[in-house]
Amino acid sequence: MKIVILGAGQVGASVAESLVSEQNDITVVDVDPARLRILQDRLDLRTVTGSASHPSVLAAAGIEDADLLIAVTQQDETNLVACKIAARLFNVPRRIARVRATDYLNDEKVLGPDGFEVDLMICPEQVLTDYIVKLVEFPEALQVLDFADGKVSLVAVRAYQGGPLVGHPIRELRQHIPNIDTRIVAIFRKDTAVVPDGDTVIEVGDEVFCLASAQNIRRVMIELRRMDKPVKRVMIAGGGNIGQRLSQALAADYSVRVIDHNKRRCELLAATLEGVLVLNGDATDEELLEEENVAEMDLFVAVTNDDENNIMSSLLAKRMGARRVVSLINRRSYVDLVQGAQIDVAISPAQATIGRLLAHVRRGDIVAVHSLRRGAAEALEAVVHGDRESCRVTGRRIEEIELPPGASIGAIVRGDEVLMAHHDTQILAEDHVIVFVADKKTLPKVERLFQVGARFL
Amino acid sequence: MGRIAVVLNLLSMVVLIFAVTMLLPLAVSFALADGAERAYDVAIVITALTGGLGWFATRGASRELQLRDGFLLVVFTWTTLPAFATLPLLGYLPQLSFTDAYFETMSGLTTTGSTVLSGLDRLPPSINLWRCQLIWLGGMGIIVLAVAILPLLGVGGSQLFKAETPGPMKDTKLTPRITETAKGLWLVYFSISVACVLAYRWAGMSWLDAVMHAFSTMGLGGFSSHDASFGYWNSTRVEAVAIAFMLIAGINFGTHFLAWRSRSLKPYRTDPEAFVFVAILVLSCFGIAWYLLGNRVYPDYWTALRFASFNVISIATTTGFANADFNLWPVFAPLWMLFLCSFCTCAGSTGGGMKMIRAQILFKQILRELLRILHPRLYSPVKIAGQPVENKVVFSVLSFVLVYASSIILMTLLLAASGLDAVTAFSAVVVTINNTGPGLNLVGPATNFEVLNDFQTWVCTFSMLLGRLELMTLLVVMTPAFWRK
Repeated sequence: MKIVILGAGQVGASVAESLVSEQNDITVVDVDPARLRILQDRLDLRTVTGSASHPSVLAAAGIEDADLLIAVTQQDETNLVACKIAARLFNVPRRIARVRATDYLNDEKVLGPDGFEVDLMICPEQVLTDYIVKLVEFPEALQVLDFADGKVSLVAVRAYQGGPLVGHPIRELRQHIPNIDTRIVAIFRKDTAVVPDGDTVIEVGDEVFCLASAQNIRRVMIELRRMDKPVKRVMIAGGGNIGQRLSQALAADYSVRVIDHNKRRCELLAATLEGVLVLNGDATDEELLEEENVAEMDLFVAVTNDDENNIMSSLLAKRMGARRVVSLINRRSYVDLVQGAQIDVAISPAQATIGRLLAHVRRGDIVAVHSLRRGAAEALEAVVHGDRESCRVTGRRIEEIELPPGASIGAIVRGDEVLMAHHDTQILAEDHVIVFVADKKTLPKVERLFQVGARFL
Repeated sequence: MGRIAVVLNLLSMVVLIFAVTMLLPLAVSFALADGAERAYDVAIVITALTGGLGWFATRGASRELQLRDGFLLVVFTWTTLPAFATLPLLGYLPQLSFTDAYFETMSGLTTTGSTVLSGLDRLPPSINLWRCQLIWLGGMGIIVLAVAILPLLGVGGSQLFKAETPGPMKDTKLTPRITETAKGLWLVYFSISVACVLAYRWAGMSWLDAVMHAFSTMGLGGFSSHDASFGYWNSTRVEAVAIAFMLIAGINFGTHFLAWRSRSLKPYRTDPEAFVFVAILVLSCFGIAWYLLGNRVYPDYWTALRFASFNVISIATTTGFANADFNLWPVFAPLWMLFLCSFCTCAGSTGGGMKMIRAQILFKQILRELLRILHPRLYSPVKIAGQPVENKVVFSVLSFVLVYASSIILMTLLLAASGLDAVTAFSAVVVTINNTGPGLNLVGPATNFEVLNDFQTWVCTFSMLLGRLELMTLLVVMTPAFWRK
């Protein structure tokens, strides 16, 4: 597939990175040649320097025969204009734009076919905010993902000493919680995937991925670790885009403090946020944290745009007594360095945010793709079409489907009904199937499985 | 000299228009043959001549009005008009001193409603009408002053509503041009006044009384044609009408204007003051009623509630009608009422005092300071209606309150030095600086300001003017810097 990516910032770069490895022709456009050079040195792609909304620049990037435009520059307006131009002048069939301002989203005419002709709108800040809000709601989880409009959740939990199921084979789960339908789809033990079956014994330190309907998440987690008190007090370091959205989302139900070092930013935050304490200062300032009682915090979230700051302030907060710390970390090497040690959850923004975008690039009718374990594994939601003849999934029982190793079907959503997958469950057309893929390399095979008419290709 | 001339030119025009308004009581006087006709003849001639000559003498001075001219014009208007307004009173009541007459008309034009006259029932109707009409005219002046002119001068309650700041008057010049704004506001003021006349008539007043009391109510003044004020009718229906219209007049007329233009009640919901204003008054009414019942002032709760509501709302909205001698109530009740009158009415209404918006800003500023002690690096702007208020506005409110409090203290001391008792002195200053009306003790609702000597009367007159012009407008004209070239 030929893809043009506008903007070589954090999002643009990570989109490019994950698409390159899936064998596409990629051209990246940015105004800053230095950024492009870094990208080009690292990845096998073409770059064009220039303003992303200019038709001539787009033409130079080879947009005429592109299959997909991904506009992820810093400016909403550039992205929107680029989509419009791509649609009108160059007939690019699919256009994705990053739009931050919610004002554009209030009326669908703005982005629709009569407006800027954007097929898919993504807002990384919002995705990250939702991610962190989930962690506040379920402080014991490492990650909570929603499928099928929230009907099914996939939750990652680390197994601790004292969880009733820890040290026991998985099949006992059914005896522990007989009324709750849940399924353990994967276990990561010391960074390697273990394909679970009924005899697999869960060990302390395992990262366990379970599927359950949203209201049962808590009950399932109890099996794997003791539960903490619910979160009441949250401290957020960094009042940027994410910090602001996060404070706004949490303000009503939690006591929220947000720290930013920029006075102007503080003014703006204080003006827009209701019921949030806005503090001016450095999040790595021990005195400030002391003053604001960091020891009493149930959750400390570092979301500045600086990795080192996030890590340092999280470590500091943890040492000063914050119950749980979450940190936003862009560099993958840093994540591996700190996650699980002192920092409870390290979030890699790039991986967390591009899932929806990737779903759009995939073959088959894929509704959602979520990166797990920072991109090592993926969970995807696919819609089944066709019949027994044209599709290799439709009408078959799960045991009949030839899934690649490491992949497993976790749950099926049929209308409003959620079915946990068993070996004899039959898949019908229009079902939403949630598939867990432990090894990313097998992903294309899984996708092909869900493509209608694939066998005739 | 150019500045004075251009101001005098405008002032002369205002005086000329003012002469025209004297035609109404003159007409009434002729129609009823109440014996005061001659008083108006002279008054109109003198007023019109002065205005005309002044205008003629300064007609050459045509220069763009500047900020300082604005202050001067406002102050001159509010000092000279009462002087001309005394002419009918002095003409009919030769025994009245100029000091007392000036106090009376100043009380009218500042919509205060304190009076030095007694035996009101025996006065000719046209004289009473003139007194009430002054309140109505004063109210009209105040609305435009507060909503349209003071913001331009950078003082006054509604400057808080300017441009980037919040609330109901968001883009807040209501219309692009001042004259249009003024016309719109007057139309609203006039329409509500007409409604008020009809309501009073329906409730049982005579037409003449209805008009006079509507004038008095809409301006939140408090003059009445009866010594007993609303006690004269002793009717809950009349009192209910009065309560309703006092509350209406206590809300920002800019909000009324927006509601009227958009034909919806939404502007009242988004008005940061209106809800608090009404809520405080309603709670106070019930509370004071309980208090009066508890002290056995009235035999049952409903009677207590009736008198409590009318008097509390009348005083708190800075009107000053009375239907009972609240001076005889246990002292907490009238003190609470005086406390309310110092801040309850909304900016841009015809009420006096420091205005609800300032009280809110002050209150939130106090909370902010307290919170800052706990969180030294906290950033928390004072917010009104969800919008941050700039610090310089908070400062101006703080200094306003400081000047307000020191003015009360200084003038109370002056009155005390001149021989009044503490309660009388304090209450007289509070009710005049808040443009309310009756005070306590010697100046209570059953008596009036007649008992004051000339010096004390002048202090109260100054206090009314000071309060009405929102302190700063008057004080800035008194600074030497203002007169420096």
